[in-house]
Amino acid sequence: MKYEPIIGLEVHVQLKTKSKMFCSSKNAESDIPNVNICEVCTAQPGTLPVINREAVRKSIMVGLALDCQIAEFAKFDRKNYFYPDLPKGYQISQFDYPINGKGTLTITVNNNERAIGITRAHLEEDAGKLVHPEGKNYSLVDYNRTGVPLLEIVSEPDIRGSEEARVYLQELQNIMRYLGVSDADMEKGHLRCDANISMRKQGETKLPPYKVEVKNMNSFKAVAAAIEFEIKRQAEILDEGKTPPQETRGWVDDNGATVSMRSKEESMDYRYFPEPDLPVLHFEKTWIDEIRRELPELPNARKERFIKEYNLPEKDARTLVSYKALSDYFEAVVSEFDEWLAAEHIKFDAEDHAKHLKLASNWVLGQFSSLLNQKSINPGDSKVTPENFAELIKLIATGKVSQLAAKDVFAKMFETGEDPSNLLESMGLAQVSDEGLILDAVKKVILENPKGVEDAKANPKALGFLVGQVMKELKGKGNPQIINELLKKELLS
Amino acid sequence: MELTDITLKEASRKLASKGISARELVAAFLNRVKQVDKSVHAFLSVYENEALACADEADGRILDGTSFSLTGIPYAVKDCILVKGAKATAGSKILENYIAPYDATVIKKLKDQTPVMIGKTNMDEFAMGSSTENSAFGPTKNPYDLDRVPGGSSGGSAAAVAAGEAIFALGSDTGGSVRQPAAFCGVVGLKPTYGRVSRHGLMAMGSSLDQIGVFSKTVEDCAIVFGQIAGTDERDSTSLPQPVPDYVNLLKEDLKGIKVGMPKEYFGDGMDKEVRKVIEDSIKVFERLGAIIEEVSLPHSKYALSVYYVIMPVEVSANLSRYDGIRYGLSLPGQTLEEVYYNTRSEGLGSETKRRIMIGAYASSAGYYDAYYKKAIQVRRLIRQDFVEAFKKVDIMVTPTSPNRPWKFGEKSKDPLLMYLEDIFTVGLNVAGVPGISVPSGVLEDGLPVGLQIIAPHFAEERLFASGHAFEKALDLKIKPKL
Ligand SMILES: [Zn+2]
Repeated sequence: MKYEPIIGLEVHVQLKTKSKMFCSSKNAESDIPNVNICEVCTAQPGTLPVINREAVRKSIMVGLALDCQIAEFAKFDRKNYFYPDLPKGYQISQFDYPINGKGTLTITVNNNERAIGITRAHLEEDAGKLVHPEGKNYSLVDYNRTGVPLLEIVSEPDIRGSEEARVYLQELQNIMRYLGVSDADMEKGHLRCDANISMRKQGETKLPPYKVEVKNMNSFKAVAAAIEFEIKRQAEILDEGKTPPQETRGWVDDNGATVSMRSKEESMDYRYFPEPDLPVLHFEKTWIDEIRRELPELPNARKERFIKEYNLPEKDARTLVSYKALSDYFEAVVSEFDEWLAAEHIKFDAEDHAKHLKLASNWVLGQFSSLLNQKSINPGDSKVTPENFAELIKLIATGKVSQLAAKDVFAKMFETGEDPSNLLESMGLAQVSDEGLILDAVKKVILENPKGVEDAKANPKALGFLVGQVMKELKGKGNPQIINELLKKELLS
Repeated sequence: MELTDITLKEASRKLASKGISARELVAAFLNRVKQVDKSVHAFLSVYENEALACADEADGRILDGTSFSLTGIPYAVKDCILVKGAKATAGSKILENYIAPYDATVIKKLKDQTPVMIGKTNMDEFAMGSSTENSAFGPTKNPYDLDRVPGGSSGGSAAAVAAGEAIFALGSDTGGSVRQPAAFCGVVGLKPTYGRVSRHGLMAMGSSLDQIGVFSKTVEDCAIVFGQIAGTDERDSTSLPQPVPDYVNLLKEDLKGIKVGMPKEYFGDGMDKEVRKVIEDSIKVFERLGAIIEEVSLPHSKYALSVYYVIMPVEVSANLSRYDGIRYGLSLPGQTLEEVYYNTRSEGLGSETKRRIMIGAYASSAGYYDAYYKKAIQVRRLIRQDFVEAFKKVDIMVTPTSPNRPWKFGEKSKDPLLMYLEDIFTVGLNVAGVPGISVPSGVLEDGLPVGLQIIAPHFAEERLFASGHAFEKALDLKIKPKL
């Protein structure tokens, strides 16, 4: 039997603000437990929450970026449950009037555009962390994270597979970073994801009569793997003619499997009711418009701009913008490149200029990215400054170094942070573009290779052999374009 | 007259004119506590040394000429209001050894005026009750009859002022917890408009109903203290930025042309006959002062008690979840986390508190929320609207504060419903958010005091003080418990 997976994701994003959601404690991580706390976030008697305006503003930024309907008014509610990491015994969240209503996120999966519906994105507070010391019969609680603003983004059950889920998550992460509202680092828990997974027969349109909630996935890989696991597990149950039970399951990374955490019967009644300590929020249109105006450039807009402004192919532009820091870096290289040209009075026509920008993009996406990956560092943390990067592109563009030699130079730049012109000297890799020198070598090769000359005259494709010989003569540093030109000229004469 | 019978206004005048020192004044009150509190039990903790040190500082200020109208005035604080460094038990075993880590906003505001805190007063556990019988540390006695309750839940504060153990006291009022004990103890008790006084530092009971109020001997004293604690607070988002007028300057001696409404729903059957007589006489005093008495109607008031006993426990059930034995307060061990919760809360919380937590959890649980909590919120709007409509016709309203006289210990504590009915004249104001004051209006044949409740529109406390002051002056009731 063929089944179609029906997947909805609940993504929690920690918002980057100066203070916590409802108190003035610092919103910051710390290795020392219980330092960023106060009487409010530890729920001392008599304390009251006060809404963090910046967190609300950032939530609206996300809402706007996801094309959500921004509420005219929103309120907070209490979600009641007991746990030591939840000091008040209730979490302040939003139940029926969230800040952001329905929206859409369009993703590209295998060159297909897919619109994933957003159900809502609401604001709440994070809980603390439990620590279980090895071999001890007690647990400890760290409240540093308690009360940190958390935006929960709930998707419609529009996702149809693990790859779509992965791309959706990565795109959300990317948008958070473009907006500057969160570092959205999954490994650090800034971005957390739960998945609701069910399956229906291919061709059916109704939602399945059950769903399985999967928790504890701490990386993109884990999300994809857990979904794959569930698809297989649920298909087997369906194949037996049964309906998988509605339940909450947890992903266990080490086993590569999900395990049952609690059944539907054990599901909690959170007894939501309106938070009486906080006023209802009314959003003025002018404020929303102001936030909209100040919204930073988002990945799609940047992609379009890269295509238009730099003549980049769609695919390159898409790859660049899907990693904000890399596209920022690329733009810095482009602007430094133009500065080099201006400073040295080098002029290219539009076509050549575009070719060089494409070259820069190839280098950023190619060797630079692979070196970054090898070292697991971010573009901003590399030793290669955009200025030096741009200089290398300029040296290639002006024929001072061959692409091949440039690879060695770049590797060294990446290692030491030295500038490329010095490296070119010290590594003896400067390209020979001196026509006199090249002509001497060309003449010598023609004299010494009568057979090669004959072949080349009969078949222009055989010119390569002679080019190779000249290059050898010039110890591999000859400018191939000039060698080609001069060889052709000499052979004709 | 003993020194501890003094009013705030008089004490302030004497201190300023150096007719008495703050140390003498405070020492007199501390002595009074020593004399009478064994029998009254108004206090849960007394801070003698701190109070005397504070009094000396006050004397320094008076000498320097940097004193305020509250400088050196001894006062008491209900134990659910936090005073940094002082115990704050809220009458509960679960907080028996809890020391407040910060000052409530009202305390901070008072401290700006350098009064002297004598101690923290007894109360029904977490302010749940009408008699202080629900205190984990034993009840407070009514200074007028030690066999009777002082009312509650702020019974300790009311009794302390009545017994001359403090010049003024702070309490909290969620359904009548300031006004009813004020009436029972023959003192003035104010419940402000919801949002008029910061709740920061007041242990939450019913968050949408709670307000901190003031006990004093006279209406004028009450106005002086209230002017100091009223106003918005950035730490309480439900406190509103309405300007705070100079209440004392707005006091009146007559009530010419003032329209006074008698809500007919508050004058039906089931009232103690003697109490009714005292209230009717009080209304005649209003007439003599030139007020125009009119009957008004608050048609939904019969639902107020039901609405209150849904909304309040729902809020209570969440507000008291923080007392879980994890971070502070009583913590009893267990084999599992659940056992820790179970053992701690079973042992630490009293039966009335548990009852309300259960009612609240029930009324807000899936399947019942719409029928109870949501319905209650809807009716609450109607009740509020009743008051708004009535105040289009009259300037203030008057009612008895309580339909009954203080009862004997144990008389009602067996039957929670009987106890809940005690709030019948007071809860409507909390549900609607309007302010009210209880002013002593006479005594019964057995010498027990009766209180008259004056009600004003939202944020019109000055009307309570103006009319209450005029009434008090005209009545000239001189009562004092024999202790
Ligand atoms: Zn805090």
